[in-house]
Amino acid sequence: MASTKASKEQKYDRQLRLWGDHGQETLENAHVCLINATATGTEILKNLVLPGIGAFTIVDGHTVTGEDVGNNFFLSKDSIGKNRAQAATELLQELNSDVSGNFVEEGPDKLLDNDSEFFHRFTIVIGVQLPESTCLRLGSVLWSASVPFLVCKTYGLIGYMRLVVQEHTVIESHPDNALEDLRLDQPYAEFQNHIKSYDLDSMEKKDHSHTPWIIIVAKYLEKWLSEHNGQPPKNYKEKEAFRQLIREGIRKNENGVPEDEENFEEAIKNVNTALNPTKIPSAVEDLFNSEQCKNITAQSPCFWVMLRAVKEFVHNEGNGSLPVRGTIPDMIADSQKFINLQNVYREKAMQDAAAVSKHVESLLQSVGKPAESIPEKDIKLFCKNASFLRVVRCRSLAEEYSVDTVNKDEITSCMDSPDSEMVFYLMLRAVDRFYQQHSRYPGVYNYQVEEDISKLKACVNSLLQEYSLNVNIKDDYIHEFCRYGAAEPHTVSAFLGGSAAQEAIKIISHQFVPFNNTFIYNAMSQTSATLRL
Amino acid sequence: MADAEEPEKKRRRIEDLTEKMAVDSGHRDGGCDWDGRWNHVKKFLERPGPFTHPDFEPSTESLQFLLETCKILVIGAGGLGCELLKNLALSGFRLIHVVDMDTIDPSNLNRQFLFRPNDVGRPKADVAADFINSRVPGCKVVPHFKKIQDCDESFYRQFHIIVCGLDSIIARRWMNGMLISLLSYEDGVLDPSSIIPLIDGGTEGFKGNARVILPGMTACIDCTLELYPPQINFPMCTIASMPRLPEHCIEYVRILQWPKEKPFGETSLDGDNPEHIQWVFERSKERAAEFNITGVTYRLTQGVVKRIIPAVASTNAVIAAACATEVFKIATSAYIPLNNYMVFNDVDGLYTYTFEAERKENCSACSQVPQDLQFPPSAKLQEVLEYLTENASLQMKSPAITTTLEGKNKTLYLQSVKSIEERTRPNLCKTLKELGLSDGQELAVADITTPQTVLFKLNFTA
Repeated sequence: MASTKASKEQKYDRQLRLWGDHGQETLENAHVCLINATATGTEILKNLVLPGIGAFTIVDGHTVTGEDVGNNFFLSKDSIGKNRAQAATELLQELNSDVSGNFVEEGPDKLLDNDSEFFHRFTIVIGVQLPESTCLRLGSVLWSASVPFLVCKTYGLIGYMRLVVQEHTVIESHPDNALEDLRLDQPYAEFQNHIKSYDLDSMEKKDHSHTPWIIIVAKYLEKWLSEHNGQPPKNYKEKEAFRQLIREGIRKNENGVPEDEENFEEAIKNVNTALNPTKIPSAVEDLFNSEQCKNITAQSPCFWVMLRAVKEFVHNEGNGSLPVRGTIPDMIADSQKFINLQNVYREKAMQDAAAVSKHVESLLQSVGKPAESIPEKDIKLFCKNASFLRVVRCRSLAEEYSVDTVNKDEITSCMDSPDSEMVFYLMLRAVDRFYQQHSRYPGVYNYQVEEDISKLKACVNSLLQEYSLNVNIKDDYIHEFCRYGAAEPHTVSAFLGGSAAQEAIKIISHQFVPFNNTFIYNAMSQTSATLRL
Repeated sequence: MADAEEPEKKRRRIEDLTEKMAVDSGHRDGGCDWDGRWNHVKKFLERPGPFTHPDFEPSTESLQFLLETCKILVIGAGGLGCELLKNLALSGFRLIHVVDMDTIDPSNLNRQFLFRPNDVGRPKADVAADFINSRVPGCKVVPHFKKIQDCDESFYRQFHIIVCGLDSIIARRWMNGMLISLLSYEDGVLDPSSIIPLIDGGTEGFKGNARVILPGMTACIDCTLELYPPQINFPMCTIASMPRLPEHCIEYVRILQWPKEKPFGETSLDGDNPEHIQWVFERSKERAAEFNITGVTYRLTQGVVKRIIPAVASTNAVIAAACATEVFKIATSAYIPLNNYMVFNDVDGLYTYTFEAERKENCSACSQVPQDLQFPPSAKLQEVLEYLTENASLQMKSPAITTTLEGKNKTLYLQSVKSIEERTRPNLCKTLKELGLSDGQELAVADITTPQTVLFKLNFTA
């Protein structure tokens, strides 16, 4: 029943185009743990099983009820009375024969009592609809074990996610609108030589109209610099004059009418971005200055070794700049001119990557590790993405919940805006408090809705008091949260199911950037917010 | 200005009608429900709350309306469609129809979770309906293995709400046009009971959007056509004589080399045929080698030929969930619906943005304002054709232009029927004056982007 390599290529084609074969490999080597196979839990897992994670294990001590089956696609009427982990595993496993499904008929608290290291084996643990005490306990265990923890909850029309990971490095962040790395402000030697090989004035018309705009800008920039004391165009007025200078370079016909030279129009259009000074992004500078970069040890993850190597490069061969990325955008040009120009960038990128490699080697040597521990292709990928490196560090749950380290500023400043989703975070905390006190959630049964309002309000007040939060929560929200009665409507579970699964994939694959660290979804208004707590 | 009031009135009207009919409906709960089945849903239907729609009245009958009366149409049984069917079924909807003209392909299996490897080749609508009906007892999904254009007005009229999970802008516009054509106006005033709400979802990679359209009242698909800029194809001269990217090489083989060499006889290039793709791949590599271009792979070849859009389960799950939530809100008046457009992107963290898309005063689909065509009498018909296809607010695909001359219907130009195209092609080079058209002349334009012809008024400029 297991798929062949070819059938997997076909099946996963649409997602391979997003994260590549190497991304897919990380998924197939991952073992995901889901705690609680509620609707939210199974929806999250469905979106991980379909793309082909290696294995999953559901941990759930609950027995399936009629209510569970009503909102959960992966439970059937026959499952009523059975253990929920087992019942859900069957129907989830059925989605994808490449995935290996397991279950444990025990809750996480009991599991931890018997085997404190049970959760260490997982690539990521996803905890759904967890009571506060269990959540905090798991949070502490997983933090010490450096296992990423994703907490999810659907409560009425509110969805909540909290990512808990100490340090998550991302090489391939795939930014949506990346600036090109053209080096027009500081052309390296080979680029300069290439520019010199062009004589725009003496070119045939056909060549002139098919010269890449990068060359055109470079040529006219040389002219400008020589006429302006080596100073590039800086303000709007100067850039306009520079554009005009290029425009005057357009060939004219016998009647003095400018010809149609699209490549020159491209040059003019791109002047603004082309003149951007080559700069190391501040996010990357911050990484250079971090402890992990400064102190490379035998335990340092590859990311930091490579980053340090790039830093060394910047201070030596790079002359203050990152390794050249090596790509150029498409532009109007004949094939040969374009390919030749592209090769100038590609070769420089290779050269720079080789220099970084040497630094990697000596760093590894200095901590007694073999040079092969970081493959060449990883270094190349790292260099290509040098401008886009990201590191996500989430605060622990302990920090979030402790009175000493609670992020009061974030909470109070958000609560200043009437429409902020922060109020839902506070309500979820209050509801957790209610559960702790009453061993149930508010308003589950119709007769409880009214009487629980004052009890929930008391929880809200004690919460605000404990954390010295000088904010006001309207009674409407307290009423609404009693009304919810801890319902887990399927569509809200499904929204979280998609959101959480993709964040888990980001953690597993180290591609794309995860959120940091709390996400709230409001299905009433179809709005959301990311909060840092 | 989204107003769910009218659908609520419509719902009540239908409830009244149902009660008046002497029908034995048997057990109210269909006999297949179990204890607690709808607990999660009931809390939103039977309890009052501070944020509900002003029209909302808690009642045990709302659930019955969902289970027994409310009819929903799902357009598409693919990435969004499968999710929508599941979401609706688990929210209490039972009378669901689904339309999809496609059959199942292996590349669907990474996200279209109602399908299995054994189902490859079978109609999506059929398999999806079977799966839902068997997994969710009591749910009666009715499949339609056909194009949306093959269903008529009377088909669409039966539904309370229509939700789309399409992968084509043309199809969306057609659906949009169909619902607009169902609107009835009395003395220029829109009859609210003729409005069928349209919930539309779309996804691409890690991006998606969900919107609520009340035809005739809120922004329609065509009102915001500029949000979908036309797909840009590579210029022919680049493809033909100066390729720079591997994509250019592949397009060369697809557009120029295949028709010339006819490697599989008269068969046209089929992106789903691996042998065809292999041929294109090899020729593309050869062309790339000629120009020292690297990067032609099988995957890239297939992507370019089929115009593949990457897709994952997660984005479809999110957007379909948002859409289904809106269907629920509108069907039950539980909350005020989305007003009216949400975008989602989870490339970097998770980002949503919700705004009210505005109606276009002179929208060619929903404004009822006759469309203006401004041309000098010396303009050629070709120019009018180009305007219809290139204008960002019209973006027609292959418009057929007819008019009335001397009391008779005359086709000025029509592309989709070969014989008529040949006969009318000379008209393209004639001026509007030569064609006998006068100032103020009405032109009727038909196109696949709309089920109704669009009327244009010719306005001669100097």
